[in-house]
Amino acid sequence: MPWNRKHLLDIESLTPDEIVTVLDTARAFKAVGERAIKKVPALRGKTVINLFVEPSTRTRISFELSEQRLSADIINFTAEASSLKKGETLRDTARNLEALNADFIVIRHSASGAPHFLARVINASVINAGDGAHEHPTQALLDTFTIREKKGKLEGLNVTILGDILYSRVARSNIWALTKLGAKVTLCGPSTLVPRVFEQMGCRVTYDVEDAIREADIINLLRIQHERQRKTMFPSLGEYSTLFGLNKERLKRTKPEALIMHPGPINRGVEIDSEIADCERSLILEQVTNGLAVRMAVLFLVNGGKGPQEIGT
Amino acid sequence: MPDPTPILNAPAIQRALTRIAHEIAERNEASSEVVLIGVQRPGVPLARRLGSLLSEIWTHPVPIGSIDVSMHRDDLDQRAAPNVQPTEIPFDVTGKTVVLVDDVLFSGRTTRAAMDALNDFGRPKRIQLAVLVDRGHRELPIKADFVGKNVPTSLNEIIAVRLTEMGGQDEVVIERGKSR
Repeated sequence: MPWNRKHLLDIESLTPDEIVTVLDTARAFKAVGERAIKKVPALRGKTVINLFVEPSTRTRISFELSEQRLSADIINFTAEASSLKKGETLRDTARNLEALNADFIVIRHSASGAPHFLARVINASVINAGDGAHEHPTQALLDTFTIREKKGKLEGLNVTILGDILYSRVARSNIWALTKLGAKVTLCGPSTLVPRVFEQMGCRVTYDVEDAIREADIINLLRIQHERQRKTMFPSLGEYSTLFGLNKERLKRTKPEALIMHPGPINRGVEIDSEIADCERSLILEQVTNGLAVRMAVLFLVNGGKGPQEIGT
Repeated sequence: MPDPTPILNAPAIQRALTRIAHEIAERNEASSEVVLIGVQRPGVPLARRLGSLLSEIWTHPVPIGSIDVSMHRDDLDQRAAPNVQPTEIPFDVTGKTVVLVDDVLFSGRTTRAAMDALNDFGRPKRIQLAVLVDRGHRELPIKADFVGKNVPTSLNEIIAVRLTEMGGQDEVVIERGKSR
Protein backbone atom coordinates (compact mmCIF):
# COMPACT_ATOMS: atom_id res chain seq x y z
CA MET A 1 0.00 0.00 0.00
CA PRO A 2 1.87 3.12 -1.17
CA TRP A 3 1.91 6.17 1.08
CA ASN A 4 1.22 9.39 -0.83
CA ARG A 5 0.83 11.94 1.96
CA LYS A 6 3.18 14.86 2.28
CA HIS A 7 2.19 15.65 5.88
CA LEU A 8 1.16 13.82 9.01
CA LEU A 9 -1.36 16.16 10.60
CA ASP A 10 -3.75 13.84 12.42
CA ILE A 11 -4.97 10.27 12.68
CA GLU A 12 -8.57 11.19 11.92
CA SER A 13 -7.93 11.57 8.18
CA LEU A 14 -5.80 8.41 7.79
CA THR A 15 -7.24 5.20 6.36
CA PRO A 16 -6.74 1.92 8.26
CA ASP A 17 -4.37 0.83 5.45
CA GLU A 18 -2.26 3.94 5.88
CA ILE A 19 -1.97 3.33 9.61
CA VAL A 20 -0.90 -0.26 8.94
CA THR A 21 1.71 1.00 6.44
CA VAL A 22 3.25 3.17 9.17
CA LEU A 23 3.26 0.26 11.64
CA ASP A 24 4.82 -2.14 9.11
CA THR A 25 7.48 0.41 8.16
CA ALA A 26 8.22 1.09 11.82
CA ARG A 27 9.01 -2.58 12.36
CA ALA A 28 11.96 -2.29 9.96
CA PHE A 29 13.16 0.90 11.66
CA LYS A 30 12.98 -0.72 15.08
CA ALA A 31 15.50 -3.25 13.81
CA VAL A 32 17.82 -0.39 12.80
CA GLY A 33 17.82 0.82 16.41
CA GLU A 34 19.00 -2.60 17.57
CA ARG A 35 22.10 -2.64 15.37
CA ALA A 36 25.62 -1.61 16.32
CA ILE A 37 25.34 1.20 13.74
CA LYS A 38 21.92 2.74 14.38
CA LYS A 39 21.98 5.19 11.51
CA VAL A 40 20.76 5.00 7.91
CA PRO A 41 21.19 7.61 5.16
CA ALA A 42 17.49 7.87 4.19
CA LEU A 43 17.22 11.63 4.92
CA ARG A 44 20.80 12.58 4.10
CA GLY A 45 20.95 16.20 3.00
CA LYS A 46 17.44 16.98 4.27
CA THR A 47 16.79 19.64 6.90
CA VAL A 48 14.30 19.16 9.71
CA ILE A 49 13.14 21.97 11.94
CA ASN A 50 11.74 21.01 15.30
CA LEU A 51 9.39 23.87 16.11
CA PHE A 52 8.33 23.28 19.69
CA VAL A 53 6.24 26.29 20.60
CA GLU A 54 4.84 24.41 23.58
CA PRO A 55 7.36 22.86 25.97
CA SER A 56 8.14 19.19 25.50
CA THR A 57 11.03 17.03 26.49
CA ARG A 58 10.34 13.43 25.63
CA THR A 59 8.60 13.97 22.29
CA ARG A 60 11.23 16.48 21.18
CA ILE A 61 14.10 14.20 22.16
CA SER A 62 12.43 11.26 20.44
CA PHE A 63 11.98 13.25 17.22
CA GLU A 64 15.54 14.59 17.40
CA LEU A 65 17.09 11.18 17.77
CA SER A 66 14.84 9.75 15.04
CA GLU A 67 15.95 12.50 12.69
CA GLN A 68 19.61 11.96 13.56
CA ARG A 69 19.27 8.24 12.94
CA LEU A 70 17.92 9.06 9.48
CA SER A 71 20.96 11.32 8.84
CA ALA A 72 18.96 14.56 8.57
CA ASP A 73 20.29 17.97 9.57
CA ILE A 74 18.37 19.40 12.49
CA ILE A 75 17.46 22.80 13.86
CA ASN A 76 15.72 23.03 17.22
CA PHE A 77 13.49 25.92 17.85
CA THR A 78 11.76 26.38 21.19
CA ALA A 79 9.25 28.96 22.31
CA GLU A 80 11.31 30.31 25.18
CA ALA A 81 14.24 31.20 22.96
CA SER A 82 12.41 32.36 19.88
CA SER A 83 11.01 35.38 18.15
CA LEU A 84 7.49 34.15 18.95
CA LYS A 85 8.13 35.69 22.34
CA LYS A 86 8.86 38.97 20.56
CA GLY A 87 5.46 39.07 18.87
CA GLU A 88 6.13 37.30 15.58
CA THR A 89 3.13 35.39 14.20
CA LEU A 90 3.27 31.66 13.57
CA ARG A 91 2.93 32.33 9.86
CA ASP A 92 5.93 34.65 9.81
CA THR A 93 7.98 32.29 11.94
CA ALA A 94 7.17 29.45 9.59
CA ARG A 95 8.03 31.43 6.47
CA ASN A 96 11.32 32.47 7.98
CA LEU A 97 12.09 28.85 8.74
CA GLU A 98 11.13 27.92 5.22
CA ALA A 99 13.50 30.54 3.87
CA LEU A 100 16.18 28.31 5.38
CA ASN A 101 15.03 25.65 2.88
CA ALA A 102 13.71 23.28 5.50
CA ASP A 103 12.26 20.07 4.11
CA PHE A 104 10.32 19.07 7.22
CA ILE A 105 8.79 20.97 10.10
CA VAL A 106 7.88 19.04 13.21
CA ILE A 107 5.53 21.23 15.21
CA ARG A 108 4.28 21.12 18.78
CA HIS A 109 1.84 23.93 19.53
CA SER A 110 -0.69 24.77 22.21
CA ALA A 111 -3.27 25.76 19.59
CA SER A 112 -5.36 23.01 17.99
CA GLY A 113 -5.00 23.12 14.21
CA ALA A 114 -1.62 24.90 14.16
CA PRO A 115 0.00 22.10 12.08
CA HIS A 116 -2.88 22.20 9.57
CA PHE A 117 -2.46 25.96 9.25
CA LEU A 118 1.26 25.55 8.72
CA ALA A 119 0.74 22.91 6.05
CA ARG A 120 -1.41 25.36 4.08
CA VAL A 121 1.05 28.26 4.12
CA ILE A 122 4.43 26.58 3.52
CA ASN A 123 5.94 24.05 1.17
CA ALA A 124 7.75 21.84 3.68
CA SER A 125 6.28 18.59 4.98
CA VAL A 126 4.58 19.17 8.32
CA ILE A 127 4.45 16.61 11.11
CA ASN A 128 2.17 17.20 14.06
CA ALA A 129 3.98 16.55 17.35
CA GLY A 130 0.90 17.53 19.36
CA ASP A 131 -1.50 20.42 18.86
CA GLY A 132 -3.45 21.65 21.88
CA ALA A 133 -6.05 19.16 23.01
CA HIS A 134 -6.61 18.04 19.39
CA GLU A 135 -4.23 15.27 18.30
CA HIS A 136 -0.84 13.71 18.92
CA PRO A 137 -0.63 11.33 15.96
CA THR A 138 2.84 9.86 16.51
CA GLN A 139 1.93 8.96 20.10
CA ALA A 140 -1.13 7.04 18.89
CA LEU A 141 0.95 5.32 16.22
CA LEU A 142 3.58 4.24 18.73
CA ASP A 143 0.86 3.04 21.13
CA THR A 144 -0.84 0.96 18.44
CA PHE A 145 2.57 -0.32 17.28
CA THR A 146 3.33 -1.43 20.85
CA ILE A 147 -0.05 -3.12 21.28
CA ARG A 148 0.24 -4.90 17.93
CA GLU A 149 3.75 -6.05 18.74
CA LYS A 150 2.65 -7.49 22.10
CA LYS A 151 -0.76 -8.86 21.18
CA GLY A 152 -0.21 -9.61 17.51
CA LYS A 153 -3.29 -7.66 16.42
CA LEU A 154 -5.60 -4.77 17.27
CA GLU A 155 -8.88 -6.17 16.03
CA GLY A 156 -11.25 -7.24 18.78
CA LEU A 157 -8.97 -6.13 21.65
CA ASN A 158 -10.48 -4.28 24.60
CA VAL A 159 -8.49 -1.13 25.19
CA THR A 160 -9.32 1.03 28.19
CA ILE A 161 -8.12 4.61 28.34
CA LEU A 162 -8.24 5.84 31.91
CA GLY A 163 -7.77 9.38 33.10
CA ASP A 164 -8.02 12.88 31.73
CA ILE A 165 -9.68 12.35 28.35
CA LEU A 166 -11.18 15.79 27.88
CA TYR A 167 -7.87 17.62 27.65
CA SER A 168 -5.94 14.76 26.09
CA ARG A 169 -4.75 14.86 22.50
CA VAL A 170 -3.22 11.45 23.17
CA ALA A 171 -6.68 10.07 23.93
CA ARG A 172 -8.19 11.58 20.79
CA SER A 173 -5.49 10.26 18.48
CA ASN A 174 -5.57 6.88 20.17
CA ILE A 175 -9.35 6.62 19.87
CA TRP A 176 -9.11 7.31 16.13
CA ALA A 177 -6.29 4.84 15.55
CA LEU A 178 -7.71 2.06 17.73
CA THR A 179 -11.25 2.22 16.37
CA LYS A 180 -10.00 2.37 12.77
CA LEU A 181 -8.04 -0.83 13.41
CA GLY A 182 -10.99 -2.61 15.00
CA ALA A 183 -10.21 -2.38 18.73
CA LYS A 184 -12.99 -1.76 21.23
CA VAL A 185 -12.25 1.36 23.25
CA THR A 186 -13.55 2.09 26.74
CA LEU A 187 -13.00 5.49 28.33
CA CYS A 188 -13.04 6.02 32.06
CA GLY A 189 -12.26 8.84 34.50
CA PRO A 190 -14.02 11.54 36.49
CA SER A 191 -17.24 12.53 34.71
CA THR A 192 -15.96 16.10 34.43
CA LEU A 193 -13.01 14.83 32.37
CA VAL A 194 -14.79 12.13 30.33
CA PRO A 195 -17.84 13.69 28.67
CA ARG A 196 -20.41 11.38 27.09
CA VAL A 197 -19.84 13.12 23.77
CA PHE A 198 -16.93 10.70 23.18
CA GLU A 199 -19.50 7.96 22.57
CA GLN A 200 -19.95 9.58 19.17
CA MET A 201 -16.38 8.51 18.33
CA GLY A 202 -17.43 4.89 18.82
CA CYS A 203 -16.23 4.48 22.41
CA ARG A 204 -17.88 3.12 25.51
CA VAL A 205 -17.85 5.61 28.40
CA THR A 206 -18.02 4.46 32.01
CA TYR A 207 -17.33 6.15 35.33
CA ASP A 208 -16.83 2.87 37.18
CA VAL A 209 -13.15 1.99 37.13
CA GLU A 210 -13.78 -1.67 38.03
CA ASP A 211 -16.11 -1.99 35.05
CA ALA A 212 -13.53 -0.29 32.82
CA ILE A 213 -10.60 -2.57 33.68
CA ARG A 214 -12.28 -5.96 34.20
CA GLU A 215 -12.27 -7.10 30.57
CA ALA A 216 -9.44 -4.89 29.33
CA ASP A 217 -6.54 -6.36 27.33
CA ILE A 218 -4.73 -3.03 27.45
CA ILE A 219 -5.05 -0.30 30.09
CA ASN A 220 -3.66 3.00 28.85
CA LEU A 221 -3.29 5.47 31.72
CA LEU A 222 -3.25 9.18 31.02
CA ARG A 223 -1.72 11.84 33.18
CA ILE A 224 -3.90 14.47 34.81
CA GLN A 225 -2.96 17.59 32.87
CA HIS A 226 -2.91 20.32 35.49
CA GLU A 227 -1.62 22.80 32.93
CA ARG A 228 -4.66 22.51 30.64
CA GLN A 229 -7.36 22.69 33.30
CA ARG A 230 -8.87 26.09 33.58
CA LYS A 231 -10.72 25.22 36.76
CA THR A 232 -10.51 22.29 39.14
CA MET A 233 -12.31 19.35 37.58
CA PHE A 234 -12.10 17.06 40.62
CA PRO A 235 -11.59 17.68 44.33
CA SER A 236 -7.98 16.54 44.82
CA LEU A 237 -5.21 14.37 43.41
CA GLY A 238 -5.59 12.16 46.48
CA GLU A 239 -9.23 11.55 45.69
CA TYR A 240 -8.39 10.91 42.04
CA SER A 241 -5.84 8.33 43.09
CA THR A 242 -8.34 6.61 45.37
CA LEU A 243 -11.12 6.50 42.80
CA PHE A 244 -9.24 6.02 39.52
CA GLY A 245 -5.57 5.29 40.24
CA LEU A 246 -4.26 1.89 39.16
CA ASN A 247 -3.01 0.15 42.30
CA LYS A 248 -2.09 -3.42 43.23
CA GLU A 249 -5.59 -4.31 44.42
CA ARG A 250 -7.19 -3.10 41.22
CA LEU A 251 -4.58 -4.83 39.10
CA LYS A 252 -5.60 -8.17 40.70
CA ARG A 253 -9.09 -7.68 39.27
CA THR A 254 -7.85 -7.35 35.69
CA LYS A 255 -7.23 -10.16 33.22
CA PRO A 256 -3.79 -11.71 33.95
CA GLU A 257 -2.65 -10.95 30.40
CA ALA A 258 -3.75 -7.30 30.56
CA LEU A 259 -0.87 -4.90 29.87
CA ILE A 260 -0.32 -1.39 31.22
CA MET A 261 0.63 1.61 29.09
CA HIS A 262 1.27 5.26 29.82
CA PRO A 263 2.49 7.97 27.41
CA GLY A 264 4.51 9.63 30.16
CA PRO A 265 5.49 11.57 32.08
CA ILE A 266 4.02 9.39 34.84
CA ASN A 267 2.89 10.78 38.18
CA ARG A 268 3.76 7.95 40.55
CA GLY A 269 1.15 7.61 43.26
CA VAL A 270 -1.49 9.56 41.33
CA GLU A 271 -2.71 7.67 38.25
CA ILE A 272 -0.36 4.72 38.75
CA ASP A 273 1.23 3.04 41.76
CA SER A 274 5.00 3.03 41.72
CA GLU A 275 5.40 -0.76 41.71
CA ILE A 276 2.93 -1.20 38.86
CA ALA A 277 4.83 1.28 36.71
CA ASP A 278 7.89 -0.95 37.10
CA CYS A 279 6.24 -4.38 36.88
CA GLU A 280 6.65 -6.76 33.95
CA ARG A 281 3.15 -5.99 32.71
CA SER A 282 4.12 -2.35 32.17
CA LEU A 283 5.01 -1.36 28.60
CA ILE A 284 5.96 2.20 29.51
CA LEU A 285 9.64 1.99 28.54
CA GLU A 286 8.96 -0.10 25.44
CA GLN A 287 6.66 2.70 24.32
CA VAL A 288 9.64 5.06 24.48
CA THR A 289 11.79 2.71 22.37
CA ASN A 290 9.01 2.18 19.88
CA GLY A 291 8.46 5.94 19.63
CA LEU A 292 11.81 6.23 17.84
CA ALA A 293 10.92 3.54 15.32
CA VAL A 294 7.51 5.03 14.59
CA ARG A 295 8.85 8.57 14.18
CA MET A 296 11.59 7.33 11.85
CA ALA A 297 8.92 5.53 9.82
CA VAL A 298 6.75 8.65 9.60
CA LEU A 299 9.65 10.83 8.45
CA PHE A 300 10.68 8.16 5.94
CA LEU A 301 7.15 7.90 4.53
CA VAL A 302 6.41 11.63 4.19
CA ASN A 303 9.81 12.04 2.50
CA GLY A 304 8.56 9.87 -0.37
CA GLY A 305 7.43 11.63 -3.52
CA LYS A 306 4.22 11.23 -5.46
CA GLY A 307 3.37 8.46 -7.84
CA PRO A 308 4.06 4.73 -7.89
CA GLN A 309 6.65 2.93 -5.84
CA GLU A 310 9.91 1.94 -7.49
CA ILE A 311 9.61 -1.46 -9.12
CA GLY A 312 12.78 -1.57 -11.18
CA THR A 313 16.22 -2.65 -10.08
CA MET B 1 -0.15 -4.99 -24.70
CA PRO B 2 1.44 -8.03 -26.38
CA ASP B 3 1.86 -11.24 -24.40
CA PRO B 4 4.94 -11.45 -22.17
CA THR B 5 7.90 -13.20 -23.81
CA PRO B 6 9.31 -16.08 -21.74
CA ILE B 7 13.04 -15.91 -21.01
CA LEU B 8 13.53 -18.74 -18.53
CA ASN B 9 11.13 -21.53 -17.55
CA ALA B 10 11.29 -23.49 -14.29
CA PRO B 11 13.91 -26.10 -15.35
CA ALA B 12 16.05 -23.35 -16.93
CA ILE B 13 15.98 -21.34 -13.69
CA GLN B 14 17.04 -24.45 -11.76
CA ARG B 15 19.89 -25.15 -14.23
CA ALA B 16 21.06 -21.54 -14.03
CA LEU B 17 21.12 -21.63 -10.23
CA THR B 18 22.97 -24.96 -10.21
CA ARG B 19 25.61 -23.54 -12.55
CA ILE B 20 25.95 -20.37 -10.44
CA ALA B 21 26.34 -22.50 -7.29
CA HIS B 22 29.20 -24.44 -8.93
CA GLU B 23 30.82 -21.21 -10.11
CA ILE B 24 30.62 -19.77 -6.57
CA ALA B 25 32.20 -22.98 -5.23
CA GLU B 26 34.93 -22.88 -7.88
CA ARG B 27 35.75 -19.22 -7.20
CA ASN B 28 35.80 -19.55 -3.41
CA GLU B 29 38.10 -22.27 -2.17
CA ALA B 30 37.69 -21.20 1.46
CA SER B 31 34.10 -22.37 1.63
CA SER B 32 33.68 -21.60 5.35
CA GLU B 33 34.19 -17.90 4.62
CA VAL B 34 31.25 -17.66 2.22
CA VAL B 35 27.87 -16.23 3.27
CA LEU B 36 24.89 -15.49 1.01
CA ILE B 37 22.76 -12.38 1.42
CA GLY B 38 19.61 -12.00 -0.68
CA VAL B 39 18.41 -8.54 -1.67
CA GLN B 40 14.70 -8.09 -0.75
CA ARG B 41 12.49 -9.32 -2.14
CA PRO B 42 13.13 -11.83 -4.95
CA GLY B 43 16.80 -12.10 -4.08
CA VAL B 44 15.97 -13.74 -0.75
CA PRO B 45 14.38 -16.98 -2.03
CA LEU B 46 17.11 -17.14 -4.69
CA ALA B 47 19.76 -16.89 -1.96
CA ARG B 48 18.05 -19.72 -0.04
CA ARG B 49 18.06 -21.94 -3.15
CA LEU B 50 21.70 -21.19 -3.87
CA GLY B 51 22.44 -21.86 -0.20
CA SER B 52 20.97 -25.36 -0.28
CA LEU B 53 22.77 -26.14 -3.57
CA LEU B 54 26.07 -24.91 -2.13
CA SER B 55 25.67 -26.82 1.14
CA GLU B 56 25.31 -30.01 -0.94
CA ILE B 57 28.46 -29.19 -2.90
CA TRP B 58 30.46 -28.24 0.20
CA THR B 59 28.70 -30.66 2.58
CA HIS B 60 28.36 -28.00 5.26
CA PRO B 61 25.67 -25.39 5.88
CA VAL B 62 26.05 -21.96 4.29
CA PRO B 63 24.78 -18.94 6.30
CA ILE B 64 21.93 -17.06 4.59
CA GLY B 65 20.80 -13.51 5.29
CA SER B 66 18.51 -10.94 3.77
CA ILE B 67 19.01 -7.24 3.22
CA ASP B 68 16.54 -4.49 2.43
CA VAL B 69 18.02 -1.50 0.62
CA SER B 70 15.06 0.92 0.95
CA MET B 71 16.77 3.14 3.50
CA HIS B 72 19.88 3.43 1.32
CA ARG B 73 18.24 4.23 -2.03
CA ASP B 74 19.21 7.41 -3.87
CA ASP B 75 15.72 8.16 -5.23
CA LEU B 76 13.69 8.19 -2.01
CA ASP B 77 12.14 11.61 -2.56
CA GLN B 78 11.28 10.91 -6.20
CA ARG B 79 8.75 8.14 -5.72
CA ALA B 80 6.28 6.96 -3.11
CA ALA B 81 8.18 5.54 -0.15
CA PRO B 82 9.00 1.86 -0.72
CA ASN B 83 7.64 -0.94 1.46
CA VAL B 84 10.49 -1.76 3.78
CA GLN B 85 11.14 -5.49 4.19
CA PRO B 86 13.13 -7.03 7.05
CA THR B 87 16.91 -7.07 7.05
CA GLU B 88 18.12 -10.20 8.82
CA ILE B 89 21.83 -10.91 8.95
CA PRO B 90 22.18 -13.38 11.84
CA PHE B 91 25.98 -13.64 11.55
CA ASP B 92 29.02 -11.36 11.51
CA VAL B 93 30.00 -10.37 7.96
CA THR B 94 33.42 -9.04 8.96
CA GLY B 95 36.17 -11.02 7.24
CA LYS B 96 33.64 -13.02 5.22
CA THR B 97 33.09 -13.32 1.48
CA VAL B 98 29.57 -12.00 1.03
CA VAL B 99 27.77 -13.11 -2.12
CA LEU B 100 24.92 -10.65 -2.72
CA VAL B 101 22.06 -12.35 -4.55
CA ASP B 102 19.51 -10.44 -6.61
CA ASP B 103 17.03 -11.34 -9.32
CA VAL B 104 17.76 -8.73 -11.99
CA LEU B 105 20.79 -6.49 -12.50
CA PHE B 106 19.72 -3.30 -14.27
CA SER B 107 21.00 0.20 -13.39
CA GLY B 108 23.21 -1.12 -10.60
CA ARG B 109 21.72 1.32 -8.09
CA THR B 110 20.17 -1.41 -5.94
CA THR B 111 23.53 -3.15 -5.74
CA ARG B 112 25.21 0.12 -4.77
CA ALA B 113 22.59 0.62 -2.04
CA ALA B 114 23.03 -2.98 -0.87
CA MET B 115 26.80 -2.53 -0.53
CA ASP B 116 26.23 0.66 1.48
CA ALA B 117 23.67 -1.07 3.70
CA LEU B 118 26.04 -3.98 4.23
CA ASN B 119 28.72 -1.58 5.49
CA ASP B 120 26.60 -0.94 8.60
CA PHE B 121 26.93 -4.58 9.59
CA GLY B 122 30.67 -4.97 9.34
CA ARG B 123 33.56 -5.07 6.91
CA PRO B 124 33.38 -8.06 4.59
CA LYS B 125 36.66 -9.35 3.18
CA ARG B 126 35.11 -9.20 -0.27
CA ILE B 127 31.69 -8.81 -1.86
CA GLN B 128 30.60 -10.76 -4.93
CA LEU B 129 27.39 -10.37 -6.89
CA ALA B 130 25.17 -13.16 -8.24
CA VAL B 131 22.10 -12.35 -10.36
CA LEU B 132 19.60 -14.51 -12.20
CA VAL B 133 19.28 -12.03 -15.10
CA ASP B 134 21.58 -9.25 -16.32
CA ARG B 135 19.51 -6.96 -18.53
CA GLY B 136 22.15 -4.28 -19.21
CA HIS B 137 21.70 -0.49 -19.02
CA ARG B 138 24.11 0.06 -16.15
CA GLU B 139 24.23 3.55 -14.67
CA LEU B 140 27.08 2.77 -12.26
CA PRO B 141 30.40 0.92 -12.64
CA ILE B 142 29.04 -2.37 -11.28
CA LYS B 143 29.44 -5.84 -12.79
CA ALA B 144 28.03 -9.19 -11.69
CA ASP B 145 30.41 -12.04 -10.81
CA PHE B 146 27.83 -14.75 -11.51
CA VAL B 147 25.03 -14.40 -14.08
CA GLY B 148 22.20 -16.83 -14.84
CA LYS B 149 21.35 -15.32 -18.21
CA ASN B 150 22.29 -12.17 -20.10
CA VAL B 151 19.17 -10.64 -21.67
CA PRO B 152 19.54 -7.63 -23.98
CA THR B 153 16.56 -5.35 -23.34
CA SER B 154 15.23 -1.95 -24.26
CA LEU B 155 14.55 0.56 -21.49
CA ASN B 156 10.77 0.33 -21.76
CA GLU B 157 10.73 -3.40 -21.15
CA ILE B 158 10.17 -4.94 -17.73
CA ILE B 159 11.79 -8.18 -16.62
CA ALA B 160 9.45 -10.04 -14.27
CA VAL B 161 10.96 -12.80 -12.12
CA ARG B 162 8.30 -15.02 -10.58
CA LEU B 163 9.18 -17.64 -8.00
CA THR B 164 7.13 -20.30 -6.25
CA GLU B 165 8.19 -18.91 -2.87
CA MET B 166 6.44 -15.64 -3.71
CA GLY B 167 3.22 -17.29 -4.88
CA GLY B 168 3.25 -18.34 -8.53
CA GLN B 169 5.37 -20.61 -10.64
CA ASP B 170 9.02 -20.29 -11.51
CA GLU B 171 9.46 -18.20 -14.65
CA VAL B 172 11.21 -15.14 -16.03
CA VAL B 173 9.41 -13.11 -18.70
CA ILE B 174 9.83 -9.83 -20.54
CA GLU B 175 6.85 -7.52 -20.39
CA ARG B 176 6.55 -4.44 -22.54
CA GLY B 177 5.79 -1.48 -20.31
CA LYS B 178 5.15 2.16 -21.05
CA SER B 179 8.14 4.10 -22.27
CA ARG B 180 10.14 5.56 -19.42
